[in-house]
Amino acid sequence: MANTQAFCTSAKQEILNGSHALGTQAANGVRTVTTKDAFKMALYLASATVNATTTAYSVTGELAASGNYTAGGNAVTNATVPTTSGTTAFWTPSASVSWVALTSSGSFDCALLYNDTSTGDLAVAAFTFGAQSIVAGTFNLTMPTNDATTGLIRIA
Amino acid sequence: MMITTIHGLVDDALLEKRVGVDENENEIVNWTEYWVRDELVHRSVDMHLKAALFADAVSANFE
Repeated sequence: MANTQAFCTSAKQEILNGSHALGTQAANGVRTVTTKDAFKMALYLASATVNATTTAYSVTGELAASGNYTAGGNAVTNATVPTTSGTTAFWTPSASVSWVALTSSGSFDCALLYNDTSTGDLAVAAFTFGAQSIVAGTFNLTMPTNDATTGLIRIA
Repeated sequence: MMITTIHGLVDDALLEKRVGVDENENEIVNWTEYWVRDELVHRSVDMHLKAALFADAVSANFE
């Protein structure tokens, strides 16, 4: 099987249900979101099957917990509030996600963004790239520019 | 400069450094490798994502 870049279908529904707080919001008459959720990115082997049907973080297909890779991946820095430009809403992590002194257990080509605060570690999106192997080195996942054209997550 | 390798910290003067850049519509990849003869002892990658994920928000009309 293979990994496919996708906005997870379940996440689209969860956004409609208010299950992912990428930012905070003032009171809407029912609830006030004062604390945004914490998100992580986990890395998956090129042989894994992460795609639009992925609903939650899973250790299946993830890089092995060895060579300084911790199961579950690394935290995403979220200091940028979701915003809009024109008819597009967008959000991007405010910093790169890095794995240092890493020796990957195999070739990997996917990073899964998931909600670490949520019950069940709900998946948000899968990002694929050319397969890589890291040897005693750093894997740095640099984010795109946070705007309506290149923001990592966009709804238009 | 000391480089972290599979053999521990090694002076880069003892290593062969190779660097490269690969780019496609999805990402820009800057990679750095250090070799000792035919052995890869260090590989680091900076993966710059270019593509955004996109969800079309569609509303229906009342009929």
